[in-house]
Amino acid sequence: MTTARSQTGTGENLAETFSEYVPSVEARDIVSIKPRYGLLIGGEEREPLQGGAFATIEPSSGDHLAEISEGTQADVDEAVAAARGAFEAGWRDLAPRVRAKYIFRLARLIQDRARELAVLESIDGGKPIRESRDIDIPLSAAHFFYHAGWADKLEYAVPGMRTAPLGVMGQIIPWNFPVLMAAWKMAPALACGNTVVLKPAETTSLTALLLGEIVQEADLPPGVVNIVTGAGETGAALAAHPGVDKVAFTGSTAVGKKIARQVAGTGRRLTLELGGKGAHVVFDDAALDQAIEGIVDAIFFNQGHVCCAGSRLLVQEGIADHLLGRLKQRMELLRVGDPLDKNTDVGAINSHAQLQRITEFVEGAESEGCAIHQSGAPLPERGFWFRPTLVTGLGGSERIAREEVFGPVLTVQTFRTEAEAVAKANATRYGLSAGVWTEKGSRILWMTQRLKAGVVWANTFNQFDAASPFGGVRESGFGREGGRQGLEEYLQLEPAAK
Amino acid sequence: MATLAGAPGALTIERPDGQPVHVGPVDAFALETRAKRLASRSVKRESKRAGLLLATTCIDLTTLEGGDTPGKVRALCARATRPDPDDLTVPPVAAVCVYPALVAVAREALQGTSVRVASVAGSFPAGQASIDERLHEIRAAVADGADEIDIVLNRNALLAGRLEVVRDEVAASKEACGHAHLKTILETGELGSYEMIRRASFIAMAAGSDMIKTSTGKLPSAATPPVALCMAEAIRDFEQQTGEAVGLKLAGGIRRSKQALGYLAIIAETLGTRWLTPERFRLGASSLLNDIVLQLRFQTTGRYGRPGDLPVD
Repeated sequence: MTTARSQTGTGENLAETFSEYVPSVEARDIVSIKPRYGLLIGGEEREPLQGGAFATIEPSSGDHLAEISEGTQADVDEAVAAARGAFEAGWRDLAPRVRAKYIFRLARLIQDRARELAVLESIDGGKPIRESRDIDIPLSAAHFFYHAGWADKLEYAVPGMRTAPLGVMGQIIPWNFPVLMAAWKMAPALACGNTVVLKPAETTSLTALLLGEIVQEADLPPGVVNIVTGAGETGAALAAHPGVDKVAFTGSTAVGKKIARQVAGTGRRLTLELGGKGAHVVFDDAALDQAIEGIVDAIFFNQGHVCCAGSRLLVQEGIADHLLGRLKQRMELLRVGDPLDKNTDVGAINSHAQLQRITEFVEGAESEGCAIHQSGAPLPERGFWFRPTLVTGLGGSERIAREEVFGPVLTVQTFRTEAEAVAKANATRYGLSAGVWTEKGSRILWMTQRLKAGVVWANTFNQFDAASPFGGVRESGFGREGGRQGLEEYLQLEPAAK
Repeated sequence: MATLAGAPGALTIERPDGQPVHVGPVDAFALETRAKRLASRSVKRESKRAGLLLATTCIDLTTLEGGDTPGKVRALCARATRPDPDDLTVPPVAAVCVYPALVAVAREALQGTSVRVASVAGSFPAGQASIDERLHEIRAAVADGADEIDIVLNRNALLAGRLEVVRDEVAASKEACGHAHLKTILETGELGSYEMIRRASFIAMAAGSDMIKTSTGKLPSAATPPVALCMAEAIRDFEQQTGEAVGLKLAGGIRRSKQALGYLAIIAETLGTRWLTPERFRLGASSLLNDIVLQLRFQTTGRYGRPGDLPVD
């Protein structure tokens, strides 16, 4: 008996040592970060004409990574001119199969350099390497592969219509999925025969610039892809540029509205993929463990920096206590820390400004009388971190219940009936995503017909595929990215001659 | 006893004492996603060493071949008590698992060691014999000195919907075991869906099994990460309802250390570290042990050994 007990004791120690998972850190020596980066214009790396630069930092440490060029109006002018030149000098008239060849080459190069892209994405953006390695980069390559396939089949994309490219695309992307958003924008634009001026977000320029390097390695004709880094003003100069035939913007609703006003009446095309406040509806017959996985993936994926995050949990009243108890247990398993640790589940908040914004939201909720529950995860001393957070006791009118937090913060409300669930889910100015968890198929169909959102997931959440169109309704924007529908946003359509 | 009402998840099973347990649904997609993620936890250095030692203490070192002989079983027992002849700090495995005819041999070979004797019984692996024959085999194995009995669940009755028969047979087997521990093999590869695996888990637990086990190892489809996760979740839910902690044994196709570490991660993050003991967790395997020994040697020496250098049975 003594032997048995001491054996058990050893076993417990082994179990603890095992389940701590000592750090397993992805080596960062695969990436080389230059001290300073220029702009990619006309196939060359150039200094900005007026010479400004800003620092990009590593969110998990606050350390300085590199100096990024601040593009101004003059640089945007040059980039748009280069894109126009490349468009007219041949990209638009290139045999579609040759265009496809270039895009396939980009896809393969992204795969070849996947580890480098993933590590750099995690260093510069703060997201866990597991996500950048398993989701961001493979999906980015998939978007190029998918659209390469379309390049010589556009006549079948929109039946009965003749298609032509639009011209120069001004594409402004956010900091939450830097490579993936660049892929979502560039791949269809190029496949349809357009040329591109891309403006990455100021906190996450490095991987877009690496993508620029890949574009050069793929030997794309100069000027087909141009990258102008900078902050809001650079983006505004691009969005307002008269030489841009279409503006594609992913980012905040506030900026999106500003761009919409700028573009209005100019005849230039516009697609906006903006904020969200996705409702995640869990019925009492749902498979509970799997629903909890869905809830966790919906709000804690990429630290909640996801426009389509399921940030509002609506749970049927009868199972609310049980489900929240389980969810809290599950949240304790989330490992918050070094983005390059392969076992990290929740990485660093992208910037100090975003951390402040999230903190203000949660403090505001507390002062409005909400109950705040946070996981007990230990946080690193340096860098920007926020614990996975649950907000309960909401009435629905609180700021945190209505506005996009863009952080690992989930609000919880209950409902009694399907109709009430739909009413509460739709009580938002946004309409990007929603989720439903139930074992009953007919209820899934009933709900999806009524939820006002561009994407509705059933018994899963945050699934993406290059063939599946993504986009919002209401203040979450308009236009679709991905799939056949996404192509239409990059094409001039005319009825085909009989 | 078992009533099917409404949604598939609404199944309730009555325990022999009349207490109902509620099964609840499981959904394949998120289950598989979660299992894959857990099984790919990156386990290095001290954590890996601890995991490998822990896995060793949880192994049911198994031989279930028609050609098993006393000599082979004795060699297996030697390996079970001393997995690495060159490193006595590697602990013995939990048990040796054999056919009933060889229980007495194993019992004798393991006398005075901490390694337990486990026997399959009850018309392993198909279970297609009368209940009387199956109970007789259990009693005989226990009489020969088996500490643990691995029976197979009656899939014939389960898949035909005769859940009561399944439950009552497991309860009778438990009674036939006497002091011996009962592990009930679900043979998940024959059950067709995670719902059925969850249902079978609950029936086996409700009927009094000390452990539930994935597979006989006689089918190509055996233990997989989602199956392990599905059963671990069932065990956790059963404990929540009844307060009783049932063990989990994974068997079939587990040959590599990395697989074993993946399964430990599934258990640790679903049932907690209190389940990572030989009392509540087992890995049924034969070739796994030598792979673990090689991995442990690599941890110590930094060099990969040759599999051929290790004893076989």
